[in-house]
Amino acid sequence: MIRLEARPNPSRAMVYGSPVIALALTLLAGLGLFGFMGRDPLEAMAIIFIEPLTTVFSVSELLVKATPLILIGLGLSVGFRAGIYNIGAEGQYAVGALAGGCVALAFYNVQGIWLLPLAAVAGITGGMAWAAIPAFLRTRFGANEILVSLMLTYVAVLWLSALVHGPLRDPDGFNFPESRLFHDSATLPILIEGTRTHIGFAVALGLVMLVWLMLGRHIAGFKVQVFGLAPRAARFAGFSERRMIWFCLLFSGAFAGLAGMFEATGPVGQLVPSLAVGYGFTGIIVAFLGRLSPVGVVLAGLVMALTYVGGEAAQIRLSLPSAVTGVFQGLLLFFLLGVDVLVTYRVVRIRRG
Amino acid sequence: MKPMRSLALSAAVALAVAGGAQAQDLTKVGFVYVGPIGDFGWTYEHNEGRLAIEAEFGDAVATSFVESVSEGPDAERVISHLAATGHDLIFTTSFGFMNPTVKVARRFPNVKFEHATGYRRAPNVSTYSARFYEGRHVIGLIAGKMTQSNVIGYIASFPIPEVVRGINAAFLAARSINPDVQFKIVWVSTWFDPGKEADAARALIDQGADILMQHTDSPAAMRIAEAEGILAFGQASDMAEFGPNAQLTSIIDNWSPYYIERTRAVMDGTWTSEDTWDGIADGMVVIAPYSDKIPGDVKELAETARLAIAAGELHPFTGPINKQDGSLWLAEGEIATDEALVGLNFYVEGIDGVLPE
Amino acid sequence: MDLTIAILQGLIIAATPLVFAAIGELVAERAGVLNLGVEGMMVIGAIAGFAVTFETGSLLLGVGSAVLCGMGLAAIFGLLTQVLRSSQVPTGLALTIFGLGLAALWGQGYAGHSIAGLQPLHIPVLSELPVVGPVLFSHDPLVYVSVALVLATAVFLRWTRGGLVLRAVGENHDAAHAIGFPVVAVRFAALLFGGACAGLGGAYLSVVQTPFWAENMTAGRGWIALAIVVFASWKPSRALLGAYLFGGVTYLQLHAQGLGVPIDAQYLAMLPYLTTIVVLVLISRDTAKRSLRAPACLGKPFFAST
Repeated sequence: MIRLEARPNPSRAMVYGSPVIALALTLLAGLGLFGFMGRDPLEAMAIIFIEPLTTVFSVSELLVKATPLILIGLGLSVGFRAGIYNIGAEGQYAVGALAGGCVALAFYNVQGIWLLPLAAVAGITGGMAWAAIPAFLRTRFGANEILVSLMLTYVAVLWLSALVHGPLRDPDGFNFPESRLFHDSATLPILIEGTRTHIGFAVALGLVMLVWLMLGRHIAGFKVQVFGLAPRAARFAGFSERRMIWFCLLFSGAFAGLAGMFEATGPVGQLVPSLAVGYGFTGIIVAFLGRLSPVGVVLAGLVMALTYVGGEAAQIRLSLPSAVTGVFQGLLLFFLLGVDVLVTYRVVRIRRG
Repeated sequence: MKPMRSLALSAAVALAVAGGAQAQDLTKVGFVYVGPIGDFGWTYEHNEGRLAIEAEFGDAVATSFVESVSEGPDAERVISHLAATGHDLIFTTSFGFMNPTVKVARRFPNVKFEHATGYRRAPNVSTYSARFYEGRHVIGLIAGKMTQSNVIGYIASFPIPEVVRGINAAFLAARSINPDVQFKIVWVSTWFDPGKEADAARALIDQGADILMQHTDSPAAMRIAEAEGILAFGQASDMAEFGPNAQLTSIIDNWSPYYIERTRAVMDGTWTSEDTWDGIADGMVVIAPYSDKIPGDVKELAETARLAIAAGELHPFTGPINKQDGSLWLAEGEIATDEALVGLNFYVEGIDGVLPE
Repeated sequence: MDLTIAILQGLIIAATPLVFAAIGELVAERAGVLNLGVEGMMVIGAIAGFAVTFETGSLLLGVGSAVLCGMGLAAIFGLLTQVLRSSQVPTGLALTIFGLGLAALWGQGYAGHSIAGLQPLHIPVLSELPVVGPVLFSHDPLVYVSVALVLATAVFLRWTRGGLVLRAVGENHDAAHAIGFPVVAVRFAALLFGGACAGLGGAYLSVVQTPFWAENMTAGRGWIALAIVVFASWKPSRALLGAYLFGGVTYLQLHAQGLGVPIDAQYLAMLPYLTTIVVLVLISRDTAKRSLRAPACLGKPFFAST
């Protein structure tokens, strides 16, 4: 018999060891999967995991793809720590993109260095406004924020699509559903010339530092931790649950909104119906994979981005169907989520006696 | 920043050199698809075109593709990925890839790009599209002759000019030979949702339609037509497998001749940026074999129209044509210009219902 | 009149995949587990149902395989969340990614093929009745199965000991554990039921509603099922109503367009979700309606202290 037994203290070795075990298991599963597909498994793994790290192009693309994932994961991780589950980041992302994009379109004929900061403020406000709805309904009526935020995601994505098919459509665009291209001064500056890596990545890293400081040094961070670990104690200590709910939802909404605005004014440069491609949901995975810590979120965001970029490389080089990428991603996530149990539990053998 | 920049530059140079060396013996052609190649509609036919390139040139070409690429933030990365990995010619096969294609093309001036259904071009970006409305004219004639209930059901996706053109062309043709025919148009707001397309087909049949036309990508409507014992026209692919009794004919997107021609142009070094809008004459729009259900005289009518269109003697949009509100669009004998057709956003006179904004 | 009958018939077909998926998720949630992988389990059911029917010619085997495959995916979720104690939200999302990928991979050779599909079963005598006959008693067998399943679930949850245990586990897993109920086993079983139902819902799409296979053919129906469970305030009979309403709104708007009523499809599509939020607020604000609230332990992890 094998069973799990709680460790007295989380294992430090396993904090670092479990991702390695997960990776090893994924490699094994990958060998099986690609072997089954009739491809050289080692070559396939190298193309997905290693080659993207060896060229400037793919590293820069990795950073572009990881930027919204890190931002969203970072914002969500704070709320998740406090036990407030905002799973509607996708909707907040869409509204943020919409708000930021509207600013860019409203000042279509105006240039100025104030335009991007204004769009960023609009994006953040949009994301926060969308997250304020579940916060209000939860604190006022006790409506479950998981479910309200999820429902609002569908509404936001449909709203974006409706506006881009209608009023925000490019007037010279032959009725095709997309907005005008934003002007240069409403487009994010590029960090590394010749690539698409934009200023958003640097901002994301800066915010990671800030959140890290907040969680470790600031009273707000302390309250968040207490709420997650011992909600009753938090209430006894006089921390307001209402405030905590508002704080966590607005905080994650702001990050998702900023991520949306960055995507619209960065890599895409216009509003399109399929701007929301699941970053909000992948961001949830990133937050948990990163174990809700700021540095972990950065690593998790990069790993997720790697599976996308590497998966495309596998399609191009080996003609593997995109379905394989999905299966492989799913397996990787299963292993990463599954072996984390080893941090707080250990496997013991029980002898029948 | 400086070391980073020089690193990026040297990498770009290295890639360019590698690409140049390869180009001498092997031409690499890349494809970006919006859906899965197994959709049996739009993407399926583009992939058939890719396979035709391989069959035509054998070892002289290598093709690759990325499927199910969303028309959002990922598109530019995928296109650049193909450009950066030594592809000489890249087909981006959906409207939403237009701006990403143009952006990537700016960074890779030596790579040739071909964008389907868009309107932005550059020295290394061509656009191409098919005059599907020519096919719609042919099926409109058949439908007008063969309907018993005088109600044709039309499953439409989004109100973009291409779809509106198709509706107008089919309607004008049907009305020209049957003054009582009516079109019931249902917008499903999706290109691909088999369940919803099937629901729309059922709804139209319940409302009296005895022939279905569709401008969505899955064979769902054809399956329902078959099950309910009515008639339908296929879209993008020959859908006879799905409706052996129901399918009258199909408008097939045949990209193969164009893809082969453009690949050859790259190999010969004669490729230039062009705007191609081909139809029946050039084989880009193909009418699938007619069903035995179509009577001989109707078949002849359809075939005469098809040949006349191919010969350039007949244009589906020839005046007099009024707009839906009754105002004049084309005077007697006037033929619609391509410019007018490209941005078409109104119904012609006689169609009921409001075109969604 | 004929049109009304036809509309009701079509509406039931459009809603049936949602009925299956929603009732399965409802049971899982009543046991306290939030499985966001419904879409993945549905799509695997769709390909399994189609592929096995296509290969063997037997619809029964096809539908059976869909059930098994849905359960298989649910078992992965159960193993991860119940045994290995991973968080439910990310695990459910991962399950959707995995399911969509696996179904697409399996379905590579099946695009472009078709099967006969399930034929309507006209129930003798009853189907002869005017109006009610064609609307209610002239459907394919799976429609009856879906309604029976809802009724059985309602009875099970309300009046059986098993149902009581399941609800207890969802409301307060610590107390349930203290009494000696096997929390993990109950949740695992509820998840497997959810997987089986989602698989059936997917199979309904691919062997009845369309019937053929295409990648991503569930097109978000698993997510709508999640909304229906909330809309239903975790009550089986209301889930049936909710599925018919949600399915009905999309189906009716197609008819409305055919009748010449101009409708903005995108704004209309928001309606079910906004309604669900309103329902959620209404049932949450009123303490007198406690019985309508979400299971208290929904989505919360359970750690036995022994």
